[in-house]
Amino acid sequence: MPANPNMKILIVDDFSTMRRIIKNLLRDLGYNNTAEADDGNTALPMLQKGGYDFLVTDWNMPGMTGIDLLRAVRGDPQLASLPVLMVTAEAKREQIVEAAEAGVNGYIIKPFTAATLKEKLDKIFERIDAQK
Amino acid sequence: MAREIGINAELISLAKDLVKHLEEGDTEAATGLIDELARVRETELFQQIGKLTRELHNAITEFDYDQRLSDFAHHEMPDAKERLNYVISMTNQAANRTLTAIEAAMPICETLYAESSGLNMQWQRFTKREMSVGEFREVSKTLRKYLQDSEAQLGQLKSHMNDILMAQEFQDLTGQIINKVIKMVEDVENHLVNLIRVAGIGVTTQKQENNEELAGPQVPNLSSASAVRGQDEVDELLSSLGF
Repeated sequence: MPANPNMKILIVDDFSTMRRIIKNLLRDLGYNNTAEADDGNTALPMLQKGGYDFLVTDWNMPGMTGIDLLRAVRGDPQLASLPVLMVTAEAKREQIVEAAEAGVNGYIIKPFTAATLKEKLDKIFERIDAQK
Repeated sequence: MAREIGINAELISLAKDLVKHLEEGDTEAATGLIDELARVRETELFQQIGKLTRELHNAITEFDYDQRLSDFAHHEMPDAKERLNYVISMTNQAANRTLTAIEAAMPICETLYAESSGLNMQWQRFTKREMSVGEFREVSKTLRKYLQDSEAQLGQLKSHMNDILMAQEFQDLTGQIINKVIKMVEDVENHLVNLIRVAGIGVTTQKQENNEELAGPQVPNLSSASAVRGQDEVDELLSSLGF
């Protein structure tokens, strides 16, 4: 069962096929309320308008990258506590540490499986619940 | 080779004479021999320089006439770009075609799943004799409708599966195209290595990692030393950071 099936999730990736895959996987996990953006510059104003409960973002995108989007989110008082899951091909240890320091909630490297996505989402919600 | 042996023999014989003269205390003859030795050495050096100059000259003229390099620059590189762009567009098409078929098939699966699990439950009640006659009439209507509908829906599913199957045909074509580009890159590489060899530039084998650009997907056998090898290592690293 999803933590909150109505939560609104923004999926940010420059490849439309990857957005479609994540959207379908999320729907299969019970999350039907999703929107898409193709980079940080498109995503940030959408997030700032409000209404989003969760952010799934790629790292390497033209325009604004995922790490910059993450920093912008953490730097915005309205968005600072938004849970962010990074799904990326960037696999260097320095980068994972960088994302952790920037305040990411979960980090998945591509290629990934549906089970990994579910596991990370569950873990993030578990932690958020524990903090409440 | 023969000339080298000749020079060596000349040097040895001069050296032997030099030792003999020195032992005999004949400094004048010894000095003459030292001059002679230096002359032989210089001749050899000039010959080597001459040989290198000729090789370099030949190589440069060869490259001038070498149609291959000019072909690479003017035709094959742009062709390779075009080919790789085509690979991107084919794989993109295949992914979209597959996703479209899956998105169309998924609701059919969900309907079939919901209807069959509902019927299954009712059938179990029927076999346990927990069902009234009136209820059974309703169930048998639902069952008939399910059997009719599912036949058509399974037919649709099969056609979506076929579509997914056909979308994989890109692999053969992109494989062939990429092989051609690999071959071309190898040719360019060989020509460049030759050029570097002739120019005598030392090649540093140490590869410099570019830290400005993002590394992107790791490729087996080319993985960066600092890259994790899978999701397990990401999780380990994050948990060591308190995640």
